[in-house]
Amino acid sequence: MGFFLETLFGGLMVGMLYSLIALGFVLIYKASGVFNFAQGAMVLFAAMAMARFYEWIPKWFGFDNKILANVLAFAAAVLVMIAVAWVIERLVLRHLVNQEHITLLMATLGITYFLEGFGQTLFGSGIYKIDVGMPKDPVLVLEGLFAGGVLINKEDLYAAVIAAVLVALLALFFQKTATGRALRAVADDHQAAQSIGIPLGRIWIIVWSVAGVVALVAGVIWGSKLGVQFSLSLVALKALPVVILGGLTSVPGAIIGGLIIGVGEKLSEIYIGPMFGGGIEIWFAYVLALVFLLVRPQGLFGEKIIDRV
Amino acid sequence: MLYRENGQFKSSYRSDQQIFPILQDRIAMVALLVLAVVIVPLIASPYLLTAIFIPFLILALAALGLNILVGYCGQISLGTGAFMAVGAYAAYNVQTRIDGMPLIASLLFGGLASTVLGVLFGVPSLRIKGLYLAVATLAAQFFVDWACLRLGWVTNGSSSGSVSVAGLNVLGLPIESPVQKYLFALVFLAVFALLAKNLVRGAIGREWMAIRDMDVAAAVIGIRPVYAKLTAFAVSSFIVGVAGGLWGFIHLGSWEPAAFNIDRSFQLLFMVIIGGLGSIMGSFFGAAFIVVLPIILDGLPYWFGIPIDTATASHLTFMIFGALIVFFLIVEPHGIARLWSTAKEKLRLWPFPH
Amino acid sequence: MKSLMKSLALAAALMATATGVFAQAKEQFFPLLAYRTGPYAPNGTPWANGKQDYIKMINARDGGVNGVKITFEECETGYATDKGVECYERLKGKGASVIDPQATGITFALTDKVAADKIPLITLGYGLSASQDGNVFKWNFPLMGSYWTAADMLIQHIGKKEGGLDKLKGKKIAIVYHDSPFGKEPMPLLEERSKMHGFELIKIPVTAPGVEQKSAWLQVRQNRPDYVLLWGWGVMNSTALKEAQATGYPREKMYGVWWSGAEPDVKDVGDGAKGYNALNLNTSGQSPKVIQDILKYVHDKGQGTGPKDEVGSVLYTRGLIIQMLGIEAVRRAQERFGKGKVMTGEQVRWGLENLALDQKKLDALGFSGVMRPLSTSCQDHMGSTWARVHTWDGSKWSFTSDWLQADEQIIKPMVKVAADKYAGEKKLTRRTPADCQS
Repeated sequence: MGFFLETLFGGLMVGMLYSLIALGFVLIYKASGVFNFAQGAMVLFAAMAMARFYEWIPKWFGFDNKILANVLAFAAAVLVMIAVAWVIERLVLRHLVNQEHITLLMATLGITYFLEGFGQTLFGSGIYKIDVGMPKDPVLVLEGLFAGGVLINKEDLYAAVIAAVLVALLALFFQKTATGRALRAVADDHQAAQSIGIPLGRIWIIVWSVAGVVALVAGVIWGSKLGVQFSLSLVALKALPVVILGGLTSVPGAIIGGLIIGVGEKLSEIYIGPMFGGGIEIWFAYVLALVFLLVRPQGLFGEKIIDRV
Repeated sequence: MLYRENGQFKSSYRSDQQIFPILQDRIAMVALLVLAVVIVPLIASPYLLTAIFIPFLILALAALGLNILVGYCGQISLGTGAFMAVGAYAAYNVQTRIDGMPLIASLLFGGLASTVLGVLFGVPSLRIKGLYLAVATLAAQFFVDWACLRLGWVTNGSSSGSVSVAGLNVLGLPIESPVQKYLFALVFLAVFALLAKNLVRGAIGREWMAIRDMDVAAAVIGIRPVYAKLTAFAVSSFIVGVAGGLWGFIHLGSWEPAAFNIDRSFQLLFMVIIGGLGSIMGSFFGAAFIVVLPIILDGLPYWFGIPIDTATASHLTFMIFGALIVFFLIVEPHGIARLWSTAKEKLRLWPFPH
Repeated sequence: MKSLMKSLALAAALMATATGVFAQAKEQFFPLLAYRTGPYAPNGTPWANGKQDYIKMINARDGGVNGVKITFEECETGYATDKGVECYERLKGKGASVIDPQATGITFALTDKVAADKIPLITLGYGLSASQDGNVFKWNFPLMGSYWTAADMLIQHIGKKEGGLDKLKGKKIAIVYHDSPFGKEPMPLLEERSKMHGFELIKIPVTAPGVEQKSAWLQVRQNRPDYVLLWGWGVMNSTALKEAQATGYPREKMYGVWWSGAEPDVKDVGDGAKGYNALNLNTSGQSPKVIQDILKYVHDKGQGTGPKDEVGSVLYTRGLIIQMLGIEAVRRAQERFGKGKVMTGEQVRWGLENLALDQKKLDALGFSGVMRPLSTSCQDHMGSTWARVHTWDGSKWSFTSDWLQADEQIIKPMVKVAADKYAGEKKLTRRTPADCQS
């Protein structure tokens, strides 16, 4: 029973991390109608920027304080992601307004390739370290109730808390600020928003920047856990079932979907996996999402798809 | 001036409805076939054949299959690699376990196995649409990736998960040298291209296109969505499965499941989109573009004599590849096929301005 | 379509003229398949750098092999089989005489092609375990070890730690492996040993490229094995160590294969990987004479392929060894087929099959203390079956065991069975003694 709880916690925490990445997808889809396949590459690019600036900034400015280095590196990475968002809006989105979904999807795939190549050119292909002071060793809790206690990974716990805080901040941003309202207006109906004077181009830059910062936070957390390397962008593939399960247009959907997929994945791998020789978690997540979709084709919290004939 | 149809009168429905109604087109087609069948094997080096032409032919076949599903029927599929894998492994199993099985029969069996899987994973398309379906097809991709590694009978008990074929022959004629492999793949491509072209020109093709454009309206006028969507999946998977078998047997010779992973699926989708959705010609253009481009990009720095290390060259290839895809989508979202047909339209008027 | 064919032909012509000069009369060409991008780049890069630096050193210090200068061209494979095949096809026509594919998947694909093209493959410490049998695998050379010898040596070492192989009865040994031909290769031997000694083998696959391992390590925690074998490559290794730390599995009980025990795998885990053990075929460090020569003749002249502090690292040194064996094979071939001449693939193959690098020769080459003596033969394409275990102490690797030798009593019969099966599938016959002399 103790181990079951461990698996459950592990799944929930990993689910939170998936939600972080899924959040980026949802934000961009809501506001610009683009399914941003490049989210994974953005996570990677942001993480690489952070990791490398953390190394380089102390060298350039000649100081040794780790916390200052981290803060400056984070700030630099945020600037980098805003620049990326600006460039994407200028060079790609602006020219592809009103194209079909699949064209936009392919464009983001092109952006993925570009970011991956560019990131490795700028920052290198080795494994880089992100050290934000996260504790690495696990902690045992509930030793009284279960023999041996339940192992909780402190880093995952901190990450889940950070993710929750970020989601809360984003919710506040969307509900309480004028820009947030404008973003919701654009998500609702592009043309109506334009007709009341909301500048679409600028809104898109803001959305992609926010998604970039979300990608940065996700990249820092994942990078701190796994090290920053090219293959980090593959983690985004694991967030796709979260997005379709929760619904492409729903932020709470991304969270709940993430938790469901995280728990489902881990439980399936531990308890069903050995029957099949293991390694089933990646397709299990997708099949789980698929099953949900058959019941609700627009995802758990997504907008109902209305086809006009 | 050269491309006019003046004087070409049709006196029967049959001749009016043929694939190439214009005489110049027919001549061009014959010339192309002569070039492909006779000239290329004579003058192309073995490297060109094995590294460019054979992958081009096989991937064009796979892109053809995918185009039927995505371009003609509008069902986005990101699991094409999985169908290729199923085709390859099924063909391998039949070829190795049954002694004396003809090669063509094995490949076609591979296609059939892929059809079964295709229809199975096509069932969700009856409920799910658009981007959701795209991600759902990834379930097929990852499932097949896993199954090929884990289920021993798929690889005929190979401890490493890697399989290989040898001694390919058709009715005693060996398929060993690059030229033989090239001609073998070319025959498959030509036959299936003709098949596909006639399918999309027929009633079933029109049903697919109706579903693609407005599936609710299509259902209203009596087209059964179940039938249309599932046949699209079936035909598409069959062609992709045969292409997968060819890829494993003819091009790689020895392969592991990673040869058909998600990168392959994306590559095929790129081919179809850049080549042109809903166009048989487009599959060829897209395949040529995607096969040749990385090789040219890899070699480009060396032609200009710029000494850069392979890592940077590889990164540059990625960057230029991505940028070109975006560029293409901006400039001509309907793909190279649209550029081609626009060019032909202009050619019909040339040298007159209008 | 025609215009496309024309532009294809033009591109082909341009490529043919531009992709380098054909190997001239007095140049021995080595194609270098490498991967400097992708998830396996952190480990592939020092390996590739080692190979290049050794060639540069031989040219600078010795003027080549008996006057024949060595040329090379690197080709990026990204660990992908089809790119590896494309690189091979492009470079084989330039007079390639020996190839190190650097990847098990590419090795499988090339094994069928090299027999027809007559170019030997050096698969040092990886590739098909059955290719140790030179009578069936004429063109494959798994020098210094294969996955079966590696697994065997690890079990022996664990047995020693327990106080005897019989003490392994009832113990649990888990293997966390890369879900690919590379990771699955050792299974037959581990299963054999498990039957022999009565320990339970728990197989935990990690989907390639191995960046997500939480479930794998939760399973380790569930099973609580006595030892964990790590069979990973690239980013999977450091991720495994991080996850081991996160689930509290003692790193001292982890044993990695020689591809999972190098600096890139542990550097960014640092103290978290303290106590982690791995096999190693060679030493590391900058003291061996060959490293000193490379620093002197290559890096000090600004010709180094990679950063200077990478010289002497585990995988770099292994790259040096691989290149050295290739060049020594050329040298050996020249002894029989003509000193100072350019060797063909067939001739180098003979050279690889008749390598006799005793301690004296190794000392002369500057490899004393780096590796053990090696000698190949027609039947035995491996040459040496020794390795040692080294442990990470948080900042460097140091050896913590004696030299281990794989138990040929167990491996030889398995190799023969596997080789026979391969021969049956491919309709090959075992080589005759006469063929061994050619």
